[in-house]
Amino acid sequence: MSRSGMVRVAIVLLSLLYGAVLLAGFLAPYDPAEQDREHPFAPPTRVHFIDAEGKLHGWPFIYGLTPSPDNFAEYQEDRSRTFSVRPFVPGDNYSLLGFSLRRHLFGIDEPGRIFLLGTDGYGRDQFSRLLWGGRISLLAGLIAAALSLVLGMVVGMVSGYFGGFTDDALMRLAELFLAMPWLYLLFAVRAFLPLHISPTVAFFLLVAVIGTVGWARPARLIRGVVLSARERKYVLAARGFGATDFYLLRRHILPQTMGVFLTQAALLIPQYILAEVTLSFLGLGVGEPVPSWGNMLGSLQQYHILASYWWMLAPALVLVPVFWGYHVLADFLHERLEFGQ
Amino acid sequence: MRRDIHRILVFLVLFTGTLWAQSKSAAAKEELQGSTGEVGQYGGHLVISQRAEAKTLNPVTAVDRPSREVIYRMQADLIHINRVTQRTEPALAKSWTASKDGRQYTLHLRRGIRFSDGQPFNADDVVFSFQLYLDEKVHSPQRDLLIARGQNITVEKVDPYIVVFKLAQPDAAAERLFDSVAIVPKHLLEKAYKDGTLAQAWSLTTAADQIAGLGPFRLKNYVPGERITLERNRYYWKADAKGNRLPCLDEITFMVVASEDADAIRFQTGDTDVISRLNAENYALLAKDQQSRGYTLQDLGPGLEYNFVLFNLNDDTAGRLPDIARKQAWFRDVKFRQAVSAAIDRSGIVRLVYQGRGEPLWAHVTAGNKLWLNSKIPKPPQSLTRARELLQSAGFTWNKDGKLLDHSGQVVEFSIVSSSSNSQRMQIANMVQQDLAKLGMQVSVVPLEFRSFLQRVTQTHEYEAAVMGLLNGDVDPNPEMNVWISSGATHLWNLGEKKPATPWEAELDKLMEQQAVTLNRKARKKLYDRVQEIVAEQLPIICVASPNILVGSKKNLGNFRPAILDHYTLHNAEELFWKGK
Repeated sequence: MSRSGMVRVAIVLLSLLYGAVLLAGFLAPYDPAEQDREHPFAPPTRVHFIDAEGKLHGWPFIYGLTPSPDNFAEYQEDRSRTFSVRPFVPGDNYSLLGFSLRRHLFGIDEPGRIFLLGTDGYGRDQFSRLLWGGRISLLAGLIAAALSLVLGMVVGMVSGYFGGFTDDALMRLAELFLAMPWLYLLFAVRAFLPLHISPTVAFFLLVAVIGTVGWARPARLIRGVVLSARERKYVLAARGFGATDFYLLRRHILPQTMGVFLTQAALLIPQYILAEVTLSFLGLGVGEPVPSWGNMLGSLQQYHILASYWWMLAPALVLVPVFWGYHVLADFLHERLEFGQ
Repeated sequence: MRRDIHRILVFLVLFTGTLWAQSKSAAAKEELQGSTGEVGQYGGHLVISQRAEAKTLNPVTAVDRPSREVIYRMQADLIHINRVTQRTEPALAKSWTASKDGRQYTLHLRRGIRFSDGQPFNADDVVFSFQLYLDEKVHSPQRDLLIARGQNITVEKVDPYIVVFKLAQPDAAAERLFDSVAIVPKHLLEKAYKDGTLAQAWSLTTAADQIAGLGPFRLKNYVPGERITLERNRYYWKADAKGNRLPCLDEITFMVVASEDADAIRFQTGDTDVISRLNAENYALLAKDQQSRGYTLQDLGPGLEYNFVLFNLNDDTAGRLPDIARKQAWFRDVKFRQAVSAAIDRSGIVRLVYQGRGEPLWAHVTAGNKLWLNSKIPKPPQSLTRARELLQSAGFTWNKDGKLLDHSGQVVEFSIVSSSSNSQRMQIANMVQQDLAKLGMQVSVVPLEFRSFLQRVTQTHEYEAAVMGLLNGDVDPNPEMNVWISSGATHLWNLGEKKPATPWEAELDKLMEQQAVTLNRKARKKLYDRVQEIVAEQLPIICVASPNILVGSKKNLGNFRPAILDHYTLHNAEELFWKGK
């Protein structure tokens, strides 16, 4: 595949993923916290087009699922009960862009249950949790990266443009931050936070902590760009005509840093998604019953789950295209914007 | 040929026995106790895992479970609780009589038996041992049980093989008190006791020949952080049906395996021969390989552990913790607690958390406790309708979003804390949260590190609700005293009460005090049945479920008779043997 083709695929893939998690409420058939206690660790439901008698159905359908009476988490397809997968069915309430809605993309009639990616130990639908959990994980990456970049931008510009003592002080501080073992720092910070916080507050605190820790690297890079930009002839000329510092920074120097800014964004976002996943995996992120890819993967710390229920690995598999997409994008931006100028 | 030798040996023993008796020598004939187990074969080595390393080998001061697991293979008690029948049986005391008023016990000691270092055992060792256990300065954990409720025990030696115990007040379970009170050798520990260094005596680094006991095994060696190996005590006082001296095994090794999962994997791969505490998930996983790997797993049914939801009813929160004190108005209402209890899906919890290998509970006595269970306790299934009715009659209402409001219009919102290291209790908490959400209660689950969890519940009382569990070492109601008596140290829902806060707590106090001194078992059972009724009705703790005891062993381990009492698998270590080796 050509380079630009890969970039196109990456962009489409990322847009699809972000689109999917934004529309989580609509796409997910069930509430992510709803426990179906009759169906713990149910395997992914098979969607059929052809029934047992070889007849082709015009619309996909599934068979009912009967739990085995003796063995935990063993199921059999009940061929005598079929449920059509219906589009735009009413279900649990969710809110989208401020509207309270209850239509879901697909669903099946009660008492049938459709679990496209199986269920976890509480009988919660993994597919719904994956979509809702993606909201937390992908959004955490975006917000934290934005926070880091804005901080890094301000510090880098100030430091590079004014130079001297300010530069020295800020850059030494940046080095201090770079040398810091951030995972342990996050542990420490999380330990100081109050215990009784709602999942939403926990989420924003998490994002704020991840975001503030990572400003040093973009700050250093941006400082470098600013350092060279401020000596350019047109900048000196503008200064000669009496342009103010603010005008110079905004008009002539800021545009120069865009390449670094975007490349850094493409690198930092997946890094921060991983940070959220790591923290939640270790139980320091958002708490139950709110899903995130990290706390969904957290259950894999138990040997029996790892050994018996492969569909519990779904969040790890989704992380692969996310990372691939962002890295292709970062490569492309790096070449195109930083060296192609 | 072999039989002949046997005969000669028996003859020799009898002959020398009569000689000794005739000469009235101080060395009495050795009185071995017969064992009812299958006649085994000598030899072999058994490996079992422990979650943590033993801290000491001193039976007087050992507090932690790993230490006691090792120690009780090396030591013996006067009267023993048979782990399988749950009743008392003779041990170092071959027989005993109680006075009519239940205050005086005369114990006849087994004659002619020896400690593992070959020194003879007699009444002096018994008197000395109890002196250690009862000495306040020694801080023995057994002391709490021995002197419970101001009980005062005195021990007197009548002759070298008769000891009299006098109790200040009658105790219905006095015989059971002797279980797990190891008799230690006076000749090895007297000096340390007199010097005041008993707490340091018999550490893991003590030379093996300085430690001796009356148990089936004795210390061989210790590798720090890795394992403790015990070897056969050739002076042990039990013999099998054919008169062969027990134990059968040459050695037992306790290996440190830090996590539950690693423990299961070690057993699966055959590194360990016996596994004592399997959880249901790993049980299911291991069960698949039973045939191919040559081990058998056993589900012993519910043990004595009871897991429950606890609401903070402590009085000392007023003023100090205003937010919690405000919510306690709900928790103190018995109808609120009954509504919570009615909303909990106990069968769902048993199915999901224990994969069906557990028992739902409505009071604290589990089905594993056959002697004391009150089977008449009602067992209503989950009913949200009933829960809503109860809340309504207690003055709660719902707003249009379905959130539950109290009579002053406040949203009912609280958190449940639990220990993050116990994944099963965390799971219970998450399921209870979901059940209560259906009643419109806004509940959040807060996982806490074990020590800070315990501190909140027992010290600072800075919690609203908790999910936790208690586990007793014995089936008898007496060790439960601490939980149900209002001044008890484990009276978790309201610690440090000066006097009973409610009429039903006063009744609990009276019932528990009374059962402790009632010698008639039937009358005692009646009293304890009433205790269970009150617990199920007033719900100071909302009992949820009890996990089954799941164990496993290699297929060719003979006499393996696991029990639901501690230690589940090695309680008859002396009888265990390898078949066909």
